[in-house]
Amino acid sequence: MVHIKRLQEDGIDIIAPIGEIDASSSIELDLTIAKSVGEGFSKILVDCGALEYISSAGLGVFMSYIDEFKDKNVSMVLYGMSEKVANTFEILGLYDLLTIAPDKAEAKKKVNEV
Amino acid sequence: MKYKYKVGCSLENLQGIRDFIRTSLKNHGISELEISEMVLALDEMCSNLMIHAHDCNPNELFDLEIAIDKNKPVVFEIIDDGSVFDINQFNEPSMDNLIHEKRKGGLGIRLVKSIMDSVEYGKSGNKNICRLVKRVQAN
Repeated sequence: MVHIKRLQEDGIDIIAPIGEIDASSSIELDLTIAKSVGEGFSKILVDCGALEYISSAGLGVFMSYIDEFKDKNVSMVLYGMSEKVANTFEILGLYDLLTIAPDKAEAKKKVNEV
Repeated sequence: MKYKYKVGCSLENLQGIRDFIRTSLKNHGISELEISEMVLALDEMCSNLMIHAHDCNPNELFDLEIAIDKNKPVVFEIIDDGSVFDINQFNEPSMDNLIHEKRKGGLGIRLVKSIMDSVEYGKSGNKNICRLVKRVQAN
């Protein structure tokens, strides 16, 4: 079960999934990101501080936006992952494909760089 | 020590499967990180099974068994009577192809192969047994 919160700060959309993202709940993440892009946000932060678990279904959602974000000049930075969640991204080598920051301050810096 | 769980093929049940694995593996001296990796691998295997072998039909059941013994690898068995999809026969697309073709499925298999030491398929009567083995730090 996942619950996803959204809030806006300095023109940046912050998406915060709370709980566990798996094959039954990854659609929620997909819809939230699609909504953010649909509303015209070009800077998106994903606050992973309350994300307790993510399976490949959730990782696949992030990956499925990589091309689209390049085309549309949207930048997305994930931050605040627990050790377990970070390990899942590491196993697949997603640190090379996605932008991941340790904390919010660093994430804001990175999302404004592009 | 053996732990058993019987569950219907609804993706809604993945949460219960993960909780069952976490509960079974704790108090055996296995690190949190290793537990989380095994939970992840089994979640991937069970969701694949539900989707591809059972069309997510909640009335079709399968069994998940976990054997944990001191100084031995942890052994998981997924027992069902659906069609078999052998992940060892599956060549995962490169990460690059996964991005461009949006083939989300290959990611899960990559995770399972990275995490588990072996994945083997067998039969017992008319049941399929998928056995996954994971060596853990001295417990």
